[in-house]
Amino acid sequence: MKQPNSVPCSELLLRETASQTAGPYVHIGLALAAAGNPTRDEEIWNQMAKPEAEGEHIEVVGTVIDGNGDLVRDAFIEAWQADGNGDYQREYDLKKPFNSFGRTATTFDRGSEWSLKTLKPGPVAHASGQPMAPHINLMLFARGINIHLQTRLYFEDEIEANAACPVLSRIESPTRRETLIAKREEVDGKVRYRLDIRLQGEGETVFFDF
Amino acid sequence: MQDDNRRFVERDRSWHPPAYAPGYKTTVARSPRQALVSMQKPSVSELSGPDFQKLRMGPHDNDLLLNFREDPALTGAAGLPVGERIIMFGRVVDQFDKPVPHTLVEMWQANAGGRYRHKNDNYLASLDPNFGGVGRCLTDEHGWYNFRTIKPGPYPWPNDTNSWRPAHIHISVMGPAISTRLITQMYFEGDPLIPICPIVQTINDKDAVETMIGRLDLPRSNPMDCLAYRFDLVVRGELQTYFENQ
Repeated sequence: MKQPNSVPCSELLLRETASQTAGPYVHIGLALAAAGNPTRDEEIWNQMAKPEAEGEHIEVVGTVIDGNGDLVRDAFIEAWQADGNGDYQREYDLKKPFNSFGRTATTFDRGSEWSLKTLKPGPVAHASGQPMAPHINLMLFARGINIHLQTRLYFEDEIEANAACPVLSRIESPTRRETLIAKREEVDGKVRYRLDIRLQGEGETVFFDF
Repeated sequence: MQDDNRRFVERDRSWHPPAYAPGYKTTVARSPRQALVSMQKPSVSELSGPDFQKLRMGPHDNDLLLNFREDPALTGAAGLPVGERIIMFGRVVDQFDKPVPHTLVEMWQANAGGRYRHKNDNYLASLDPNFGGVGRCLTDEHGWYNFRTIKPGPYPWPNDTNSWRPAHIHISVMGPAISTRLITQMYFEGDPLIPICPIVQTINDKDAVETMIGRLDLPRSNPMDCLAYRFDLVVRGELQTYFENQ
């Protein structure tokens, strides 16, 4: 049966539903606690790794900065990454020690950071057969963003793997490659990586189409 | 890995709204100026995605008439939200009209007065003590989803001096991989605010706006109870790779 609100592209293909911004109140739908609302039994949020998960536990944090240099305080981010062995855990199950999918949002306070508690991902094979350097795929949604922006977070201390990564090397400008590299910090003996996402202008983050 | 042999129909970025759409003022400082970097050969990172069949949902997660009762002990008409009772339903299919089963569909919306239950929304309209404004469900094996809710109200927002959002419900779908991820808004057929909305106008193609309009479906409404609006979601089509590049 023909879809009442769908539009054919040809006889064989429908058009994708068009995107619209997630808006300033995305939290009420996808990040209930951030909206100030009660949570349900299970929510998808930023603790991707429980303490018992096997692998190197890390925290990943950052800000989102607009073209004026101001913090974006209503950004919502989704993460998709491999586990420590380089495998994607497709089945989302909060009973498991590790999930490949997570969500986070910049906070409404002064610092306005997003954060993920996760494992450092292992290298994943590219279709070409070469390994891709460890990375976290990020999807960014916000008011004023009409269709989500897709990027990757890489790790500063993976110098050799980064240099050989077939996706990083797709980025022609070496300066722009640097916009995807999270900086390593140690806080109270714990490893933390920081990546500030710049939406526009100087140091603009690389965003992908795929 | 199985997902490596997957491909998705290329996303037509001229169909979707552009990042920079100055009529919607917030896009001006939030739109990248550099070109997107295209991955000619996406990897398992892009071609796989989460499966939410093990996510434990509550019995009323898709029923916004019941999932935020001020007093959960209330039954019947007591403790129902104010507003036009509606069913929002439809199918998630891919561009080849193939159903997308067991995928996560989430939605959120303002109440009947146009107010969101969100700590940053200070609009004059009252909060409804019995309305939260969030729902979620998985599609069934044929790609169908459904929610029961109230029709949200339009509301003013600071863009032009007198901008109003048409009544809308935000809707989010994952699909089979992160490549198919999509968030959009459903508008209601016939709403005169649709064509003058700066956010709708970020889209250049009138046919693309049609994909975001929920249609009244009288036969599927519940007599003496609630109207039904049908809204299908079309996500990128999945292709098989027949021959590997050698």
